[in-house]
Amino acid sequence: MTVAVLSGKGGTGKTFVSVNLAAASKDAAYLDCDVEEPNGRLFLKPEQVLSSPVTVPLPAFDGEKCTGCRKCVEFCHFNALVFVKNKPMVFPEVCHSCGGCALICPEHAVTETPRQVGIVEEGLSGGIRVVTGILNPGEVSAIPVIKAVLQKGMHAEGLTVVDCPPGSGCSVMESVSRADYCLLVAEPTAFGFHNFKMVHKLVRLLHKSCGVVINKASGEYLPLEQFCAETDMPILLRIPYSAELAAHTAAGKIAVRQDTSAAVTFRELLTGLEKEAGR
Amino acid sequence: MKIAIPVDENTEAVCVSFGRAPYFLIHDTETKTSKIETNPAAAAEGGAGLTAAQFVVDTGADALITVRCGQNAADVFKAAGTKIYKALSTYADENLKAMAEGKLDELTSFHAGFHGRS
Repeated sequence: MTVAVLSGKGGTGKTFVSVNLAAASKDAAYLDCDVEEPNGRLFLKPEQVLSSPVTVPLPAFDGEKCTGCRKCVEFCHFNALVFVKNKPMVFPEVCHSCGGCALICPEHAVTETPRQVGIVEEGLSGGIRVVTGILNPGEVSAIPVIKAVLQKGMHAEGLTVVDCPPGSGCSVMESVSRADYCLLVAEPTAFGFHNFKMVHKLVRLLHKSCGVVINKASGEYLPLEQFCAETDMPILLRIPYSAELAAHTAAGKIAVRQDTSAAVTFRELLTGLEKEAGR
Repeated sequence: MKIAIPVDENTEAVCVSFGRAPYFLIHDTETKTSKIETNPAAAAEGGAGLTAAQFVVDTGADALITVRCGQNAADVFKAAGTKIYKALSTYADENLKAMAEGKLDELTSFHAGFHGRS
């Protein structure tokens, strides 16, 4: 079973839920797709880490073959190519590696060379396989690194937890693409609820089954509870705000490995998820 | 010599944006004539600075007078040998006059691009 953990707002507790969920399972893979700031490794502290580069193809132009027809420049939807002094010039950060310029060139003057945009790290934390995507700072698109994480990390048997980036944009869509179930972490505040509705809309659009974890729940926040009831979304877990849990997290510790009640809670969440995903 | 200036809808005031200016004023110092061209990048989804730079280079301009310019567009102008000057006044004609008198300085600092941010 592959569970994507997401939330609109950052700081809601995606990594907290993902890491603890993976740690509560006996046989799990934890995939960090929040490649701009992958934090799961700070808790899981994986060992025997193997690192591999993630590259994207970047066009290179053969000045001998290029006749200056500009077909590539006109074709480029992202405006990454400029024709100056009788040759095309590529702007790597703007290029989306679609390969269109190479296809359209009538002179076959375009070749593609790999350009590194990040890395994927694979390691072990107890019985958990930890796969972390790390995007190079300044890169425009996180998608190639997220794709590489999913390709390397998918766990055929047992549980795969995908820790998604915040928001509801392209990188989130890519991260949930292979999920059987989406776990939406919500914060019971007006801001948290607003962003929660945006992710909810996204996962519905993608026809994913989903359930909710309300984190830092001190008392009921009615608008959120009502919304979940109206949209038929099960609230699988409410985690009350607790100074103890916050202290474990601040110390880089995994709550379910520190605290028996947290272990029980997350095992219950796991059971709830299995039941929901099987529906 | 040909000079390009990004201008606003009124086609007289210098536009603060280079890539997304609605028009470019192209001035020919030899014939002392100016013409107004629509910027094809004004509503581009992305890469507006690059498309606008391509357009200016294609007009054959030797110089650009602008308030600011992104790094990518500046790289295009550098490759094309187009000089970039910093606009001093609000209106295009005042800047052309200042340029003729040698009062404009070359623009040397470029921003990283706004790319969806404002």
